[in-house]
Amino acid sequence: MSNITDLSLSELVSNIKNKKLSSQDVTSEYIERSKKSKNLNTYIEETFDAALKKAKEFDSKPDLNKKLPGIPMAVKDLFCTKNVKTTASSKILNNFIPTYESTVTQNLWNDGAILLGKLNCDEFAMGSSNETSYFGNVISPIDKDLVPGGSSGGSASALAAKLTPATIGTDTGGSIRQPASFTGTVGLKPTYGSCSRYGIVAFASSLDQAGPMTRNVNDAALLLEVMSSFDNKDSTSVDFKRPMYSKDLSKDIKGKKIGIPKEYRVDGMSEEIEKLWDDGKNYLKDCGAEIIDVSLPHTKFALPTYYIVAPAEASSNLARYDGVKYGFRTEGNNLIDMYEKTRSVGFGDEVKRRIMIGTYVLSSGYYDAYYLKAQKVRRLIKNDFNNIFQKVDAILTPSTPSSAFKIGDKSNDPVSMYLNDIFTVPVNLAGLPGISIPAGLDKKGYPLGLQIIGKSFDEQNILNIAYSMEDKINFKFNLKEWWMNE
Amino acid sequence: MSIDLKTVKHISKLSRISLDEQKAKKLETDLNLIFKWIEQLNELKTENIEPLSSIAETKLRLRKDEIKSKNIREEILKNSPDDNKDFFVVPKVVE
Repeated sequence: MSNITDLSLSELVSNIKNKKLSSQDVTSEYIERSKKSKNLNTYIEETFDAALKKAKEFDSKPDLNKKLPGIPMAVKDLFCTKNVKTTASSKILNNFIPTYESTVTQNLWNDGAILLGKLNCDEFAMGSSNETSYFGNVISPIDKDLVPGGSSGGSASALAAKLTPATIGTDTGGSIRQPASFTGTVGLKPTYGSCSRYGIVAFASSLDQAGPMTRNVNDAALLLEVMSSFDNKDSTSVDFKRPMYSKDLSKDIKGKKIGIPKEYRVDGMSEEIEKLWDDGKNYLKDCGAEIIDVSLPHTKFALPTYYIVAPAEASSNLARYDGVKYGFRTEGNNLIDMYEKTRSVGFGDEVKRRIMIGTYVLSSGYYDAYYLKAQKVRRLIKNDFNNIFQKVDAILTPSTPSSAFKIGDKSNDPVSMYLNDIFTVPVNLAGLPGISIPAGLDKKGYPLGLQIIGKSFDEQNILNIAYSMEDKINFKFNLKEWWMNE
Repeated sequence: MSIDLKTVKHISKLSRISLDEQKAKKLETDLNLIFKWIEQLNELKTENIEPLSSIAETKLRLRKDEIKSKNIREEILKNSPDDNKDFFVVPKVVE
């Protein structure tokens, strides 16, 4: 057998079910490899001893009917984990130990998975490069000094470096799909309402969704199947019959109509991305799908809309961090002074900037001009998708306008950083599912991704399309383990 | 519309985030850059468009108002930043 850490999630599951591997075999391999990979700065909190103990417990009485039998998994540090420190990569939560578990992680543990640790991300998931974390940059295993993308940067990096067989992230404007694209991995943002938001540190509640990050499409289907559930604890959780995504996965996409939105051909898009997109179209044609040119006329307004809506919701969600009931506190001369000092010291610059933007657009005299305006444009963007989904079954676009960039390259220009999410943000505004799959390499040898966007709750369809494309693309990246300490 | 330093300080007050002069000036620059870019939304006429506040445009579910977690006082106080484990303690509010 090849190295345990080279196996995909689905392969590990079948090896454990066939009793060729034990949970302890798998867990200890991942722990060893994670210990040698500290240079990537992916983990904020390691729970290796507890994981080994749980693996041993699993092996002594293995329940092989579970979907993730004894599978170790590290998760983004935005998911609250009972009795395990949860920071959202912020100083303000540096000492926070939740007394409850998020629904999505609970679903993983209920199906047999074991927590390996908590993964670094942008502070409160606000960023596209993992440079805003209080715990420092995450490095991409793809190359030295390269960002893994964000905000689920630690998750993407740990997955690509094979420090976890699969992982979960959250996606508010592209935070699963963009880092997946940057690291040559698969990332899926489900339809809003598919995965419970209960116990996930809130950023922008009308946009946030948790989703799987995996090495292949089959794994994404399996993990989504486990994560997605109706939950009374999330008022926007949708009660629908959830398919068996991995069981129903199929490469038959004959006759599917795939839309190519012309507005995604943005100014200054590189030839490499154009070619990647064209190749994608051809693969789909080879699979028997029909390619149709479509128009999403309000695309260019999606990012400015997002940068009103998301900060507005964030300013409201983050009002709870005041140093009173939990988290970090700086003492002050009076109550207000304590609030102001606590928040000034506890939040990083990007988080403060977004709270300020949000406060401004919601403030008296500006609400109509900004927030209400953005909500109206959000309607237009959603209508665009509704219109073309009358004609097509799914949409194909690039995942990002470029491959990963170097650490520090965009950190001084917020707008250029925000433009990274140009292809992913419209999907969140419309609440749709989207998946990014690795589709090729650029001239520098860095991964590039393609995104498939589907109708609401049509995850099975985009998974099937991704599954058939994956076969044709046959993506390979030669991972050189330059970061490892022996 | 440009945002001046006075406005930045006002927003910082509303946000309960204290700022020194240097940070305020940096934010003045950043916010002007960001809002100049955001203002392209004004190209769109939206008078008769219904605002969209949530994708889940369904009615909120009703449920019985009942206590599900009992005796969790200690748990709740566990993360309190102050050492007092009986109450949340804040600076004196009423003179």
